[in-house]
Amino acid sequence: MSEKNTVDLAHKIRCHTVDMTYLGGSSHIGSILSIADIMAVLYGQVLKYDCNEPKWPERDRFILSKGHAGAAVYATLAECGFFDVERLKTHYQNGSTLSGHVSHKGIPGVEFSTGSLGHGLGVATGMALAAKLDDKTHRVYTLLSDGECNEGSNWEAILFAPHHKLDNLTVVVDHNKLQSIKSTDETLSLAPFAEKWAAFGWDVIEVDGHDHSQIKAAFDKLSSAPGKPKVIIAHTTKGKGVSFMENSVLWHYRSPQGEEYQAAKKELMGED
Amino acid sequence: MRDAFVNQLTVLAENDQDVMFITGDLGFGVFDKFAERFPKQYLNVGVAEQNMTSVAAGLALEGKKVFTYSIANFVTLRCLEQIRNDAAYHDANITIVASGGGFTYGSLGMSHHATEDLSILRALPNVIAVAPCTAWETTYATEQLCYTSGVGYLRIEKGGDKNPPADGSAYQLGKAIKVREGGDITLITIGGILSEVKKAAEQLAEQGISARVVSMHTIKPIDRVAITSAVVDTGAIVTVEEHSIVGGLGGAVAEVLMTENLHAVCGLIGMQDQYSTVVGDQQYLRGYYQLDAPAIVAKARSVVDLKKSR
Repeated sequence: MSEKNTVDLAHKIRCHTVDMTYLGGSSHIGSILSIADIMAVLYGQVLKYDCNEPKWPERDRFILSKGHAGAAVYATLAECGFFDVERLKTHYQNGSTLSGHVSHKGIPGVEFSTGSLGHGLGVATGMALAAKLDDKTHRVYTLLSDGECNEGSNWEAILFAPHHKLDNLTVVVDHNKLQSIKSTDETLSLAPFAEKWAAFGWDVIEVDGHDHSQIKAAFDKLSSAPGKPKVIIAHTTKGKGVSFMENSVLWHYRSPQGEEYQAAKKELMGED
Repeated sequence: MRDAFVNQLTVLAENDQDVMFITGDLGFGVFDKFAERFPKQYLNVGVAEQNMTSVAAGLALEGKKVFTYSIANFVTLRCLEQIRNDAAYHDANITIVASGGGFTYGSLGMSHHATEDLSILRALPNVIAVAPCTAWETTYATEQLCYTSGVGYLRIEKGGDKNPPADGSAYQLGKAIKVREGGDITLITIGGILSEVKKAAEQLAEQGISARVVSMHTIKPIDRVAITSAVVDTGAIVTVEEHSIVGGLGGAVAEVLMTENLHAVCGLIGMQDQYSTVVGDQQYLRGYYQLDAPAIVAKARSVVDLKKSR
């Protein structure tokens, strides 16, 4: 896909997920919009995959560790041909397999189910180690939230990956600086965040998490030294793309309904 | 039992390079030879059980057959959600090996006493939970869990008989083993405390009570046929476990009685719903908490008396 396509893909992800959270009455639209651009670049330009063969052994692995933004994964996979976009309408509905937190059961293309924070990185690390042991060339990617980095299990994995020289592992942190109740600074400060990762032995790249060329360049950048895993700290805006949702902690849980939904869709469709 | 596990693990690793062993920095000296022989199949992840389990899940989903190893509570309770979400929900082929079931590490205190693990682990779907009664059973359980999809839980202790219960005995996960025949009562047990149960059965025989002894090494899936036979043939059951009476072997057997609508006079030997507050060697604590042969004999006698009075 070209850069233009990733912009288009990100737009579609935003539109689908606002619809999904509206129809399902579900939460986390702020967290979902925050990662729409990262997801678009990943699936538009970075990951190797075959939508007709989701378990293709040579595919790159992607795990959404911040599982509450699962609607973004479903929307991306549908747009990338893994399943019919119509199925997105079942999200959060009675009897649906498209759960609020991302699940792999019966959904082609979902590598791993999450929902409890602090799991994805460890599993991705195991997958990256397996690839190294078996001389496989695919890469492993995982996307974390910044609030998720409160979880101690992540720091076990952050120690582990450089120790085992897993330079086939790329972590993206969606650093929107808002958690579920307050800011990351007010909750449990991560600062100095980039320095912490660097001190643990990671290659750290900081980008504007909504600038597709910056995101793409960060994914493409080679390791500064063999054996170093990479972390891309993506500075993002929670709720990006819908002005009244941006940087508002309210939209971690609130579902867009009524006039709010109409206003969000109008803005996304450029009708303002 | 640990030697039996390590020996069988070595055989498995020799024949299958996808077999991996991961320790959470425990087993000093025990796995040195294994690590030397199979450097790509051995991993010490450090004191980090949550990551150990997640890494194991990642490896297993890429085709490895993974054993994780630590002291019982560390490799289960510390990383329970990783076992549930990362491993069991994803059908990852992981065998969790818990060293020190029950009061094996008796003098080390309650942090090292594993007395709730079986009830907690067996509550998880897609987990086969096993506590071998002997070293002989451990060998076969190790091999069979390695080649069974989903999560296996293998709770091992020190010691245990290396010989089969009888010539020609076969071991199968989920299939109880009749260690001794008897007609008045059935003593159903799990784990190394089988040795106390056997002693109790001998003492009961001297008192004119014929006790069947059953090794229910696999608590999940439990052998419903063996329980049904115990009810039909003896009409009386006492379960014996070095584990809490809440949700363990006694609970599992009771679930079968209820779902199958079976009627028997029953008794339950196990740790009461409490944490251990004294220390001592395993045998001392079995006595202290009323799990040893004299306690089993007393309970069995009262159950048999009750059966006769009905």
